[in-house]
Amino acid sequence: MSTATETSPWNFALVGTPNSGKTALFNALTGSRQKVANYPGVTVERKAGALQTPAGHRVNLIDLPGTYSLRGRSPDEEITREVVLGRLVSEPPPDLLLCVADATNLRVALRLVIELKKVGRPMLLVLNMIDIARRRGTDIDVEKLSDELGLPVVTSIAVRRGGTEELLRRMDEVAACAASTRAENTWSPPSTADLRAAQREADRIMRVAVGAPRRPDTLTGRVDAVLLHPVAGLLILLFLLFIMFQAVFAWARPLMDLISSGFETLGVLAHDALTEGLLQSFIQNGVISGVGNVLVFLPQILILFLFILVLEDFGYMARAAFLMDRIMGGAGLHGRAFIPLLSSFACAIPGIMATRVIDNRRDRLTTIMVAPLMTCSARIPVYTLIISAFIPDKQVWGWVGLQGLVMFGLYATGIVSALGVSFIANHFFWRDNATPPFMLEMPAYKVPRLRSVAIGLYTRTMMFLKRAGTTIFSMMVLIWFLASFPRPPAGATEPAINFSLAAMIGRWIEPLLAPVGFNWQISVALIPGMAAREVAVAALGTVYAIEGGKEAAEQIGQTLASNWSLATALALLVWYIFAPQCASTLAVIKRETGSWRWMAITFGYMLSLAYVAAFITYNVAVALGAG
Amino acid sequence: MTQDCQPKNDQHGSPLGLARRGFSGRIKTIDVGAAAHGITAAELERRLLELGFLEGAAVEVLHEGPLGRDPIAVRLNGTTIALRRREAMAVFVT
Repeated sequence: MSTATETSPWNFALVGTPNSGKTALFNALTGSRQKVANYPGVTVERKAGALQTPAGHRVNLIDLPGTYSLRGRSPDEEITREVVLGRLVSEPPPDLLLCVADATNLRVALRLVIELKKVGRPMLLVLNMIDIARRRGTDIDVEKLSDELGLPVVTSIAVRRGGTEELLRRMDEVAACAASTRAENTWSPPSTADLRAAQREADRIMRVAVGAPRRPDTLTGRVDAVLLHPVAGLLILLFLLFIMFQAVFAWARPLMDLISSGFETLGVLAHDALTEGLLQSFIQNGVISGVGNVLVFLPQILILFLFILVLEDFGYMARAAFLMDRIMGGAGLHGRAFIPLLSSFACAIPGIMATRVIDNRRDRLTTIMVAPLMTCSARIPVYTLIISAFIPDKQVWGWVGLQGLVMFGLYATGIVSALGVSFIANHFFWRDNATPPFMLEMPAYKVPRLRSVAIGLYTRTMMFLKRAGTTIFSMMVLIWFLASFPRPPAGATEPAINFSLAAMIGRWIEPLLAPVGFNWQISVALIPGMAAREVAVAALGTVYAIEGGKEAAEQIGQTLASNWSLATALALLVWYIFAPQCASTLAVIKRETGSWRWMAITFGYMLSLAYVAAFITYNVAVALGAG
Repeated sequence: MTQDCQPKNDQHGSPLGLARRGFSGRIKTIDVGAAAHGITAAELERRLLELGFLEGAAVEVLHEGPLGRDPIAVRLNGTTIALRRREAMAVFVT
C-alpha cells in the first residue's frame, strides 16, 4: 500500500450518454472531494475529483460531459472527444475510461461503447442503476456482455451505500493490466453507415445478453400522462414556476434582509471602533459592504438551485423543456431558458448561473445576454421612488391606478425587449449557425437523492463565492474608491462625494447624458449605482445632501420632484429598464462565459438600448410639454 | 399491431412527423431529404441514429406538445425521445 501511494496517481475519465447516472456515480466515488472549474478558454464545466482504490492507489477522476458519440457536436462534446483521445493539452490522457451506462437503457449506450472501443484505450463498462434493472425483471448476462464486447463489465448502484464496491475493486484489477489492453487508435468520425452498423451490432448484443424487462416501468408513463398533458401539464408547470418565483422572490427576502442588516450592523460596529478617516471608510463602506454585497445573493442562489437540482434529479426538466419548446421557440429561445429568465425577475445573478441547464452553447449565450433585461428586484426601489415622486396617484379608465400601470409597463417593456433581443440575435447575430434541432431523451422518473442535491448545492455555492464573489467584491471596492477619492478639502460644506472621482466622471459624462435629460447629479449617482441598482437611490440622496433616516426616501422623492422635469424622470425610468447598471451581473456574465467578450457585448448592447430609449423618451416628453 | 392513427401508407412508409398520438409501428427508413434545417442532411441523419432511430426499431407516439401538437415524445425500443415534428419528418414509419 505504501508503495502504491508513492507512485503518481492514475487518471480515470467517466464517459457516458446523458442520463446514464454518470454524475451520480461521480458523486458516489468522489463525495465532496470535487473541484468544479471551466476548461481553459471555453464555457464547458470541468468536474474533477479524487478517490482511492481498495489497494490504496490514488485516482484523479474526471467527469466528462455526456455524449452520444465522439463526433463532438457541441463544445461540451468536443471536450469529451479531446480528453478521450488524449489530445487536450491541459489534461493528462486517461489511463482508463469508465464508460457508464444505464442498465435499464442499454441500447444506445452499447453503440457508444462500440465507438469508444475504437480509441484503443483501456476501458471498463459500468452498468449503473442495476438495482432498477433487476426490479424490472431485466436479465443481464454480464459475462456474456463482457465476452461480446471484449471488455470488462461491472455493475453498480451509484445511489446506494456500498453500491460501488465492486467497481472500486475492479478498478485496481483492470488498471493493473491496462498497459496490455491498450490498442492502436482507429477512431475516426463515424459516417451514417458506421452508426447504422454499430447500432445493429449493439442490437445484436442486446438480443444475446440482455433480456426484455418482465415488469417494465409503467410509473413513468402514468406520471407523464399527467405532467405532459396539453392542459393539465401546462397548468402544473405554471404552478411550479409560480412557486419557484415566489420562493426566489419572497422566501429569500427575510434571509437577504438578515444578511444586509447584519453587515450593516457590522459596518456600524467597525465605524465606531475605528477613528474617523480613510481606514474607517474603507473597512465600513469598502470591505464589509463589499462582502455583504456578495453574500446577499446566496439565499436566492441556494433556493433557485434547490428547485433546479430536485427537478433535474426527478427527471422533470426534460419534460418542462418539452412543454415550453414551442412557446419559447417563437422568440428563438431554448425550452430550458424559461427557468433562468423567470429567476431573473428576482435577480439576474442566480438566473445567469441557472443557464447551465441549457446544454447548447449558443442558446445559453442568448439567454445570458437577455436575462439582465428581466426586471429584477433591485430595480423596484428605483422605480418606486421615481413613480411615487412624478406619476400622479390617480385612476385611469375609472379603475386602473396610473402608478401601477406605469410599473406594469416597465415590467412588460423588459420582457418584450428580452424576447426582441433574442429574436434579433437569432436571426442576425448567429446567422452562420442556424437553430439546432430540439431532440432529447426523456429519462425515467427517479426519486431525487438528498445527497446528490446537497453536493450540487455545495458545489454551486462554492463556485459562486470563489469565482463570482471575488469579482463582485473587487468591483465593490473599486466603486467605493471612486466614490471616496480624493477626500473633500477641509471645511467643505458640500457632500464628500461631490469632490470624488465619481463626481469627476459624472461631470465628465454629463454632456453625453444631457441629450437624454440627465443632470450632473444623476450622472454622479449612476457611478455608485453600478454597485447595485438600488444603491442609486441612496446615492441620489447623498448627492442632494439629504441626511439619512426614516424619512430620507420620502425627502429624496420631494427633492427630485422639485429639481427634475417629468421628462427627465421618465427618461431615467426607461434608462433603468435597459442600462447595465449592475457590476455584479457583469461580473457573473464574465465568469459564466469565461470571456470578457460576452460581458462587453452585453454591456454595449444594453447601454446602447438604454441611451436610445431614454433619448427618445426624453425628447418625446419634452415635445409634449413635459420638459 | 399497427394502429391506424395517421394518413395512408405507401411502400416508403409515411413520415413520423405526421403521426398522431397513439400511433405505433416500425421504422421503415430514415430519409432526411428536406427535413434538415440549419444542419446538413447527413448531420440530422447521424443525430437521429445516435438517439437510436434505426430501420426496424419499434416506435410509438406517446405525447404531443401543447401548442400545435409539437414537439412529440416517442417511445423507441424502450426509451422516450422528444423531438420536433420538423425533424421527425425524416423518419418514415409503417
